[in-house]
Amino acid sequence: MDFEKVGLVAGIEIHQQLDTTTKLFCGCPTAVRPVEEHDGEFFRYLRATASELGEIDRAAEEEMKQVRRFRYLAYDTTCLVENDDEPPSPLNEEALEVTLQAAKAFGMTPIEQVHVMRKLVIDGSNTSGFQRTALVAVGGLLPNGGRIDSICLEEEAAQRVEDACFSLDRLGIPLVEITTSPCLRTPDEVRETAAHIGMVLRSTGRVKRGIGTIRQDLNVSIREGARVEIKGVQELDLIAEVVRREVARQMELLEIRAELLAREARVEDEPVDVSGIFAKTASSVLKRAPVVLALCLRGFSGLVGRELQPGRRLGSELSDYAKKCGVGGIFHTDELPAYGVTPAEVDVLRSALGAADRDCVVLVSGTRSKTECAVRQVARRARCALEGVPEETRRMLEGGSSAYMRPLPGAARMYPETDVLPVSITGERWAAVGTPELLTERARRFEREYGLDASVARQLADAERLPLFLKAVGAGVGPSLAARTVLATLKELSRDGVSLDRISDDDVAGVLVAVETGRAGKEAVPALLRAVAEGSRAEEAVAALGPAPGQEELDAIVERVIAERAGFIAERGMAALGPLMGVVMAEAGGAADGRAVSELLRRALKRALE
Amino acid sequence: MTEALAAGDRVACTVGSTELGGTYITDRDGMRVVKLDSGYNIGVHPGRVRFAGRPRAAPGPGIEVEQDRSLPELAIISTGGTIASRIDYRTGAVTSQFTAADILRAIPDLARIARYRTRVIATILSENMTPSLWQELARAVQDEIRAGASGVIVTHGTDTMSFTAAALAFMISTPVPVVLVGSQRSADRPSSDNAMNGVCAASAAVSDLGEVVVVMHDTPSDDRCAIHRATRVRKLHTSRRDAFASVGLPPLGTVAYPDGGVELGPGAVRRGARPLELDDRLEPNCGLVQFYPGMDPGILDAFSGYAGVVVAGTGLGHVSTPCIDRLGALTGDGTTVVMTSQCLDGRICDRVYDTGRDLLAAGVLEGGTMLPEVGLVKLMCVLGRTRDPAEVARLMQTDLAGEMPGRTPHGL
Repeated sequence: MDFEKVGLVAGIEIHQQLDTTTKLFCGCPTAVRPVEEHDGEFFRYLRATASELGEIDRAAEEEMKQVRRFRYLAYDTTCLVENDDEPPSPLNEEALEVTLQAAKAFGMTPIEQVHVMRKLVIDGSNTSGFQRTALVAVGGLLPNGGRIDSICLEEEAAQRVEDACFSLDRLGIPLVEITTSPCLRTPDEVRETAAHIGMVLRSTGRVKRGIGTIRQDLNVSIREGARVEIKGVQELDLIAEVVRREVARQMELLEIRAELLAREARVEDEPVDVSGIFAKTASSVLKRAPVVLALCLRGFSGLVGRELQPGRRLGSELSDYAKKCGVGGIFHTDELPAYGVTPAEVDVLRSALGAADRDCVVLVSGTRSKTECAVRQVARRARCALEGVPEETRRMLEGGSSAYMRPLPGAARMYPETDVLPVSITGERWAAVGTPELLTERARRFEREYGLDASVARQLADAERLPLFLKAVGAGVGPSLAARTVLATLKELSRDGVSLDRISDDDVAGVLVAVETGRAGKEAVPALLRAVAEGSRAEEAVAALGPAPGQEELDAIVERVIAERAGFIAERGMAALGPLMGVVMAEAGGAADGRAVSELLRRALKRALE
Repeated sequence: MTEALAAGDRVACTVGSTELGGTYITDRDGMRVVKLDSGYNIGVHPGRVRFAGRPRAAPGPGIEVEQDRSLPELAIISTGGTIASRIDYRTGAVTSQFTAADILRAIPDLARIARYRTRVIATILSENMTPSLWQELARAVQDEIRAGASGVIVTHGTDTMSFTAAALAFMISTPVPVVLVGSQRSADRPSSDNAMNGVCAASAAVSDLGEVVVVMHDTPSDDRCAIHRATRVRKLHTSRRDAFASVGLPPLGTVAYPDGGVELGPGAVRRGARPLELDDRLEPNCGLVQFYPGMDPGILDAFSGYAGVVVAGTGLGHVSTPCIDRLGALTGDGTTVVMTSQCLDGRICDRVYDTGRDLLAAGVLEGGTMLPEVGLVKLMCVLGRTRDPAEVARLMQTDLAGEMPGRTPHGL
C-alpha cells in the first residue's frame, strides 16, 4: 500500500514503567504480585466530576453511562495511598531523576516548574478516579528528524484482574510517557521509532523489564480520516500491523461514507418498541429481554455487515457503542435471520419499521433504561458513518485489530493535583543530570573493548544481567565466556526451570573465575550454577567437582574409551569425536578442561584411524 | 518586562525552542502557571509568557435542579468543609466555596430521597468554626424544623464535626433527625465519599430517627454509613473514609448504600419522642488541656480567669502532683475544672489512687465517660445556663444528651 498516497500520519506514545525503589507518591515497593497473595479487598463507585472550568470531560462522561461498582484487591505491599484513603506523598525524586535523564538523552528542554495534574480516568483503573501525571520536558528529537513533543511522569494504573475487579499492586508504579509529534509516515517508521525510544529508555538502566512493563499507544489518521488513538499495544512486532489495520479501517469507513451519501442514507430519530414481535422467539437473548427496541438505518443495508478489518465490521462498531450502556451487544438485519431469529420474524420486524431492502434494522435488548441508552448510542455511531471516521480512543485486540473504548479525551479531563506541591527544575539541577550511554553506543564500545562480535555486543549491551558481565570481566574472566554465560547459559538454565533469582551475580562470577583459573572446566558451568541455585555457594560447588584429572589419568581414560568403542569409531570416523567427547568428559569429571580433552581425544582418534 | 495577566487569558509561552499555547492560571513562587492546551499545567518564567488574547467569559454551568413535590422536605444547612469543596480556578487549591444549592448539583442522587431547601451559614474549613457559629447554627436548625423540615442536614468539615455535633445536641431538643455529614476525600475527585455520605445523610434525615447524629462511611468500601450519636462520636483517623467511630457504644444504626435503607438500633431516639426546644446560651470562655508527663504546672495558670477548664488526664483521670495544686488554685478562684481521660474510652474514677483523691479534694469534677472535647462543649453550655457551683457540678455529672450513659456496656 502506498501510505504517502493515503496520507498516513501517525504518532506514538510510549509508556514505560520505571524500576524505582518506591512508588511515585507513596513509600510502597514497585512490586507486582500474584493475585492470590492479596490480603484485603474493598469496593467503590466512581462518578464524573466537573473540572475547574465547570465542564465534564466527554470521555469520562461516556464511562458514566453505566454506574459501576469496582472491586479492588490490596496487598501487604500496598497502602492507604493506593486505596485513595490518604493524600499522596511528595513526587518521587528518583523517578523524576530517571525522567530527566531520558529527557536529556532526547535533547529535550525541562519545564521550569513541574505541576502534578489529575487526569480523569473513571474506568476503575485508578481508585481516585484520576491518574496523577506531570509534564516534565518538551521538544526532543528523533533520529529520523521527527520530534518528540513531551515526556511526562505519571503513575501506573491498577491492573484489571477481570471485568470490574482491579489489583492495586501496580497502581502508583512510576511510568514515563513519551509522546512524539504526528511525524511518522509509514507503519515501519512507527515501529522503528518505538524501538528507538524503548532503547533510549532502557539505556538509563532504571526501567522495568518484561511483558506489560512497556506499552505503546498509537495515534493514526489518514487524509479525510480522523485521529484515532489505539491503546495498549504491548508487542513491538505488532505495531506496524496495528497501523496497517487502522489505515485499512479508516479507508473502509471512507468508502462506506461515499456509498451512504450516494444512497442518501439517514438514521431514524426514534426507535420502535418491537418487544411484542419477539415475545415467542427462539432467540433466547431476545426472548428473555424485558424490552427489545429497533432502529431503522435507512440506506445502510449490506454496509453494517461489511468488514473494516479482520474480525471487525461496522456492526461491531455500533455494538461497541451500545455496550457502553450495559447491554450485551446488538443484532442487525445484515446478519439476520440467524441466532434463533427466523426469516418470518425478520419480515414482521421490517414491516413494523417500514424498512425496505435497502435499509438495515438494528435490535437492542435489555431493560428499558439500558436499551434506550444503547439505541441512542447506535444512532450516534451510525450518524458518524455518514461523516466518515469518528475521533476515538480504541483498544488493541489480539492480532492487531481494535475496538472502540471511548471518545478522545479533551483538556477538560485535567485539573491540578493540589495535594502535591510543584517541583522546580533549576538550571543547576538540569546541568547535574547525567545522560546515559545509549545501548547502541555501548554495543560499539563492547565490540571495541572486548573484541566481541557485533550481534553479541548488541545483545549484551541491552542485557538485563549486564552488571554480571561487567563484574565477571572485572574479575578477570574472558569476555566471551562471560558473554556466553549471560546470553546463553543462564537463559538455558531458566528454560530448564532453574530459579535464577537464587543465583547472585557474585556466585556466577565465582564460578567463572574458577573456570578461568583452571579449577573447573567450561562444560561444568551449567552444573555448577544448578548447584548454586539449589543452595550451594560457588566455592562449595567447585570443590564438590573434585580435582581436575592429571595428564596421565586423562590419557588413560582416552585410551580406554577409544579401545572400548573401536567398532563405533570404524563406522563413524572422525565424526565420532562429538559423541566420544561426552563419554570422556563424564568419566573425567566436570573439573576437566573441555578444550584440552577435545584436543587429546582428536589426536588419539586420528591415531586410531590411521 | 512582564505583562499583567488575568486568570483565563490566552497566552503563548516558550520552553526552550518550543512554543506552547495555553491559558494563564496564576503566579506561583515567581513562575507563571499556564494550563496548556493539552490540559497540563506548567510553571514558566514570566519573561517567557506572552499575552495572546482575552476570551469572553463563558457562562457557568447552569444545570437546573429538579425537585419531586411528593417527597418529604429536608433542610440542608451548609457550613463549608470538604463535602462542598471545589477547585479554585485561580490558585488551584481545593477550597470551600459552594453554596448548599451546589451540593444538589454535585449529588443528583439526593433528588430521589427528598425535596430540599438550602441555607448557608458559613463557608469555612471546620478548624475555623467558633462557639458563636454553633449558636447561629443551632438557631438555624430550630428555624428550619419550625418551618416544617422533616429533617435537617448540616454539611460540615470533618475535623471539628464532632464538636459541632455535640454543641447542637446540648443546645437543641429535636423531634426530627439532625444529621451532620462531611467527606474525607475532596468532592472534586470521582472517588469522593461526598456523594455516598450525602445520600446516606438524607436517608437518615427522612428516617424514624429523632436526635442529633453524625452520618459517615462505616467501612473502607462504599457499602454503608454508620449513624453515630452526636455526643459519643470521634474522628479517629486523619484520612480514611471510615474515620468516624462511636466511642464506648455501638453506632445507633446504619444506612445501606446505594439503596438508602436505614436500620436503627434499640438505643436510637425515635422521631417525635422529644419536643422542639432550643437553649442556645453558651459560655465560650472555657478551655481544654491535655496533661503529659513533666508538664510545667505553670501552663495551667494561663487558664486563670476562665469560667471552666476540661483536663484530659491520664488513665482513670490523673495529673501530676504539682499540677494538682495549680488546678486547686483555679477552682479556688471559681473556675470549674472537669476531669476526662486521654484513654477516650471508659469511665473516670478519681477515688482509686492518691493523686485522684487529691484532685477531688482540690475541687475537680469527675467527667464520667465523657470524651474530653464533649466535656468542653458541655461545660460551655452548662456555664452558659448557670454559675451556681452546685448546679454546675450536678449538670456536669448528669447525662444531658447521651454523652455519659449511666452504664458502661461490657462490649463483649
